[in-house]
Amino acid sequence: MFSLRVNGVQHQVECESATPLLYVLRNDLGLTAAKFGCGLGLCGSCNVLIDGRPAHSCDTPVWSVADKDITTLEGLGDETQPHPLQTAFIAEQALQCGYCTAGMIVTAAALLERRPDVTDAEVRTELAGNLCRCGVHNRVVRAVLSAAQCCPEMNTGR
Amino acid sequence: MADLSPSLTANPNPEVWISPAAEHTIHVRTGKVELGQGALTALAQIVADGLRVRIERVRMIPASTDGSPNEGYTAGSLSIQHSGAALRAVAAAWHACLLDTASAAFGVTDSLVVEDGVVTHDGRTFTYWDLPADAQPEVGATSPVEYAVVGTSVGRLDIPGRVFGTRRYLQDMRLPDQLFGRVLRPPSRGARLLNVDDTRVRALPGVVTVVHDGDFVGLVADREDVAVRALELLAADCAWKREPSLPDQHDLAGYLRAAPAERAVLVDQGPESDAPPSVEVSFSRPYLAHASIGTACAIAEWHGGRLRVWSHSQGIYQLRAELARWFDIQPDQVVVTHVEGAGCYGHNGADDAAGDAALLAAAVPGRPVHVVWSRQDELGWAPFGPAMAVTVRVTVDDAGRPSHWTHEIWSNGHSGRPASAGSPPLLAAILQAGDTDPVPSTEPPLNRGGGSARNAVPGYRVPNVQVVTNRLATMPLRTSALRSLGAHLNVYAVEAVMDQLAVNADTDPVAYRLALLDDPRGRAVIEAVAEAANWGVGGQVPDTGRGIGYARYKNLGAYCAVVADVEVTSRVTVTRLTIAVDVGLTVNPDGVRNQIEGGAIQALSWTTTEQVRFDAHDVTSRTWEDYPIATFPDVPPIETVIVDRPDLPSLGAGETSLGPTAAAIGNAVRDALGATIHDLPLTAENLMRSL
Repeated sequence: MFSLRVNGVQHQVECESATPLLYVLRNDLGLTAAKFGCGLGLCGSCNVLIDGRPAHSCDTPVWSVADKDITTLEGLGDETQPHPLQTAFIAEQALQCGYCTAGMIVTAAALLERRPDVTDAEVRTELAGNLCRCGVHNRVVRAVLSAAQCCPEMNTGR
Repeated sequence: MADLSPSLTANPNPEVWISPAAEHTIHVRTGKVELGQGALTALAQIVADGLRVRIERVRMIPASTDGSPNEGYTAGSLSIQHSGAALRAVAAAWHACLLDTASAAFGVTDSLVVEDGVVTHDGRTFTYWDLPADAQPEVGATSPVEYAVVGTSVGRLDIPGRVFGTRRYLQDMRLPDQLFGRVLRPPSRGARLLNVDDTRVRALPGVVTVVHDGDFVGLVADREDVAVRALELLAADCAWKREPSLPDQHDLAGYLRAAPAERAVLVDQGPESDAPPSVEVSFSRPYLAHASIGTACAIAEWHGGRLRVWSHSQGIYQLRAELARWFDIQPDQVVVTHVEGAGCYGHNGADDAAGDAALLAAAVPGRPVHVVWSRQDELGWAPFGPAMAVTVRVTVDDAGRPSHWTHEIWSNGHSGRPASAGSPPLLAAILQAGDTDPVPSTEPPLNRGGGSARNAVPGYRVPNVQVVTNRLATMPLRTSALRSLGAHLNVYAVEAVMDQLAVNADTDPVAYRLALLDDPRGRAVIEAVAEAANWGVGGQVPDTGRGIGYARYKNLGAYCAVVADVEVTSRVTVTRLTIAVDVGLTVNPDGVRNQIEGGAIQALSWTTTEQVRFDAHDVTSRTWEDYPIATFPDVPPIETVIVDRPDLPSLGAGETSLGPTAAAIGNAVRDALGATIHDLPLTAENLMRSL
């Protein structure tokens, strides 16, 4: 039995201690925004924030996050209270299939928290580990820069 | 009725397509599916304008074989051309039906108008939702529609749900009593299963069953993480017989040219030249992976001899036919419903995953089984875009213009889709049958765009043209349709040769092309891209180059020209792309830009970086480290100019930019290095080989 704090809510989960956090989020907690992409921490589509820092939930065992704050895309904002990045991704239509989007937004949210005046090149470097096959890279960069400009104070891990 | 969409000819009942529904909404059923390309939003725009309703009322119903029109595959950049034309005609029929019925109800012959689905006269109203159940819209000639929503960049209807994480992908779908299946692929191509000892795996808590049938091995568990862990254990408990079966990756072009093949002369226009060719150049590309960020996925459930499948297939009716054929049941005992998966760029593992799920689910009747492929299987076992070799021979006249052009191709077939004539079975069926030498993939006919010969015919004024294909008779690695099919290498080759001819004629590449291009729409995109990129302005900077690529997709679709700027050091870096495109009437300009730019980035990745690697036994590029794709720092600024043609029919955008982008990058590298690069990708090794 593991006790997890996800998006500010405490959950009890029964599973093997080595179970990757991704499967717990998706199957036990019904939080399906983070996606399975590679299982090896190489594509970023499973990214969540652990104590505010982006992490690959596909290769993070659940035992290692028992006392940490976990934030998924669902925890950043919703339709009534969107995170500035979510607003910007919609405004820039910064996706095609959207499978990589959750990982991109949480990774960018941590970046903006750390570097509110981020540059184009910094966004590209920071997101280099987030793969996209549809080819929306430039739209994503525009969305991140516009979110940075509109809202200097971000609300990561609310 | 002239010019009826083939989709409508096949599904003539208007109520199959569009029907007024509860809460003043309009239900739209199309056989085309959302692959991440935004097609459903563009189709909703067409319906909104045709019916004169706000787009917010339009609901696009997911395609399913128990109610949606059969429109074949969502492929070939034909969704807007086929489904759009059908929906435009059906919407016009409903609009006319509403006006006629309202006129009769009001007893007037005045010209009435529909506003947001409502006809108003003398304080009385009549709406689509007031039409009697037996109202019969008659599809006929469509009168021109005043566009309100078409032509505008309506935000995609599905994007908010994806950005908030609330829209469920097939990977996210969970049904009551659902189980989780995983499949163990053989450790090499053509390996035969000798023995399975499943006692350890069956003893694991949570494992429901283990399935082995021929060379097909898989398991079903009650938790996804248990299924993944159990599969590792099962792999260790299987014994296989392996034989080397794959060609030498380092001489792939040599293999393709020498392998047994079926030769076909597809175009034979004018005599071949007696004179030796002025230019003879050979090109090649490796196998390419679809490399979607999400892996293949499916759900299947058996219930009393009936099969229910949820799939991200591009062709739900074809998948249904294939499943029915395999399990020897009637097609109407199978229902296939489309649920969105990750981005789809051609015939990937979606259909195969449905086969896996169906075979596993047969072991647990009444329980849905959800199958997700591993990354290693996605990059190793999904069909690949075929490796290709091309040789172009051109004879020029006294003015340096091509008089004879021969384009010969060696390749496996580009279509291995289910239920097409002579097509290979689903992967699970191949393994179940222990078939180590499956039927090789086939080729779509050239008049529908062709497969390996797509865009092999140069789009320029050349009096004598021969196009010859050599379709391989064996298939060491499964191949099928990958975005733009043969156009990727053919446009690269044609445009590289055009550049050589321009250099030989001491003429600017843009001027040389324009002098040989009669089609005004083709000329317009070349002129537009040259102007946007300031072609011909400024001198050469060391280690940099600039090139142009042009094609009309399939020689009958959209027009696209690209200018690439590159920097060549120990590697090729694309520093800028400028694109001009003509897709006829632009339904959604931002959607077109997204598709054109996305295609360009994918082509950049293929052309500069990607190659499937393999040894004598198996594919070795199974993770993102072995099969890298372009990442954020690799993606240059892109400017796209749309040459809008509001008076001309819409043409598909999705596959248009790939060939011209590859060609522009190749020609930019030639500009930088002074030599045509023959083999893709444009790695340092392949650059050195051509220098």
